This record gives sequence, structure tokens and C-alpha cells, in this order.
Amino acid sequence: MKNRSYREVLDLFLTMLKIGLFTFGGGYAMIALLESEFVSKKKWLERQEFLDLAAIAESTPGPIAINAATYIGYKRCGFWGSFAATLGVCIPSFVIIYAISLFFDAFMALHLVQCAFRGIQVCVVYLILSAGIKLLKALKRTAWNVAIVLVTMMLMLTCSLLAIRFSTIAYILACGVLGLAVDLIRRVRRGERA
Amino acid sequence: MIYWLLFWTFFQAGAFSFGGGFGMISIIRDQVLSHGWLTEEELLNIIAVAESTPGPIAVNIATFVGAEQAGLLGSLLATLGIVLPSFIIILIIAAFAGRLMKYAPVQAFLGGIRPCVVGMILAMSAILLLQQTLDLGSVYDALAPDLRAMILLSGLFVIAAFYRRLTKKHPSPIVMILISAGLGMLFYGM
Repeated sequence: MKNRSYREVLDLFLTMLKIGLFTFGGGYAMIALLESEFVSKKKWLERQEFLDLAAIAESTPGPIAINAATYIGYKRCGFWGSFAATLGVCIPSFVIIYAISLFFDAFMALHLVQCAFRGIQVCVVYLILSAGIKLLKALKRTAWNVAIVLVTMMLMLTCSLLAIRFSTIAYILACGVLGLAVDLIRRVRRGERA
Repeated sequence: MIYWLLFWTFFQAGAFSFGGGFGMISIIRDQVLSHGWLTEEELLNIIAVAESTPGPIAVNIATFVGAEQAGLLGSLLATLGIVLPSFIIILIIAAFAGRLMKYAPVQAFLGGIRPCVVGMILAMSAILLLQQTLDLGSVYDALAPDLRAMILLSGLFVIAAFYRRLTKKHPSPIVMILISAGLGMLFYGM
């Protein structure tokens, strides 16, 4: 590898390390930070390119931050760029959580900590519920969206209450395939009329 | 073998979970509960830890579960598992298929998945709500209402509503977690 590109990969790695260390609150917060770092400050990406990147990162599977890091890394320095960027964004998470895991059980054995976490468990329910409501509000009010949300919700709730095991991956794939099928039917119909 | 199982479980979660953050949690929850790696309460604790530390929530959960189940190597493999599908898929898109996401069939597929993820998150919150306030896991369980949890939960919604009225912003998860930790000590410790 040439000296210049070696330095670029290192720069990419260090920038991602910094971003991995300072983003709280997951993917969407990270997107904002990436924007200020790579578009406004370093000018590595055009704004339009960045919007494309954000759309791709949000609509492909996996953590949004990892998707974004891999994409930026590749666009900047090819394979090794994407490798360095992804590694950089993961390292802070990994080190911090691994360190916490070493003490967590001893910490949880304390009575007062258990009480605190009983409250925190309720709070996580609140966090998940409010994230769900926020996403629901952001969803377009089409008959299709409302139907899928309701059916998925009722099915999952019913299975859980009746203690029937049903993989969540199956819901995802079924809804994706249903989306494809409905789209196909629409096209065929339109084709027939035209 | 636990190492392979950790890698493979989180690889599947990474490959099939859409919508980032909480969208991923419904799949990860399903996986770790079915392997018996965590109880529902332990999972909630870890989500709180993941929310209060930097980095992607899914990566944090994978690292934690891996470490608890099989030490450093387990933790490395679980993290690798959750990251690898993203890495491969994005690499393919960035290198060869820049326009892939714009194709109509891909959009139709994603159009089915998007509301599904929202439905899954809402269902998960309903399931957790019943468990935390009524101790109701399935219809075969006896009800054991937890009045303190109900008061705490309504309290959090009231606090969040006040915060929004005053600042026009949503309170950060960390602030809410800290408040609930204090209330938890007060409610259950006294």
C-alpha cells in the first residue's frame, strides 16, 4: 500500500474510533455525528452522497452505525478502508462492555443495585414503547402499513401469550415476500390495463 | 459448541434485523431467550447498560452476552457475528451494486419489512408491559400485579411529557434510566 493511502486508512480508523467512543443512543445519533465529521469538517463526502449513505445504512440489515462505517470506509479507501472504519467504530463498544461484563454480576449482587435495576427494567419498557410509538408516527398512514403493523403485532402478541415459539426472522421474511408479491400483482394488473 | 453457537446466533440476528437499534432488539431478544442465555429481566438490564454506554446497542448486547456465556473469545465471536453480515452486505452494495437499493423489487421488499419492524417493536413493548406490571408471561401464568411498577411506569411517562413541554425535546434515554434507577431504589429499597 502506498504511504499516502496508508495514512488515510489510519485517519479513517482514528476518526471512527472517536465516533464509536462518543455516540450514545444508537444509529440515528451516530448518523448526525458522521455528517458533521465527514461532510462538514473533513469534506470527504458530498451532501448528496451522504444522504444516499444514510438511506442505505437505514434500509439494510444490521446496526446502522456499522453499515454507515463500512460504506464510508469503502468509498474513501476501498476494502481496507471499510475494514479499518468498521473495526474503529466497534472497538470502544467492545472494550467498554467487556470491562463492564467482568464486574456486572458482582455489582448486581448488591441489594440496592437490584432495587435500582428493578426501576430500570420498567424504564426500558418505557424506552422501547416510546421508540415504537415514534416509529409508528413516522410511518405513512397507508392501508398496507396499518394492516401489516396490526397483523404483525397481534400475531406476535398472541403467540407470546399462548407460549408458542415462532421465530421473529420468519415475520420479517414473510412481510418482505408479501411486499414483493403485492408489488408484482399491482404491476401485472397495470400491465394488463395498459 | 458454545463458540460456534454464539457466532451463528448473532450472525443470524445481524443478517435479518432491519431498522437498527430497537428494531434489532426484537430479534436478538427472541434468539437469546430461546437459547436460555438470558432471562427477560437480565435482557432488560443489558439493554439499559447498552443504552447508557457509547456505541451501537446491538454490538453492545452481543459483546455482553458473549462475555457472560464464554469469556473473551465468546465475546469476540458474538461481536464478529453481529457485525459480519452488515460488513459483507454493505461491501457488496458499495463495490458493485450502488443502485441496488433503488430497484423497485428491493423497495417493495423493504416496504413490507418497515411496518413489520414497527409492529414487532410495539408487540414486544406490550409483552414486556404485561410482564413487568402484571407478571403475565403467558395465559398459563397467574396474575401478580406489581403496583409499584405501574406507578413507576406512569411516572416516567408524566416526567417525559413535562420534559417535552418545557424543552420541546425528548428526554435522553440516559436521563430516564438514571431517574428510574433512583425511583427503583426508593420504591423497592425502602
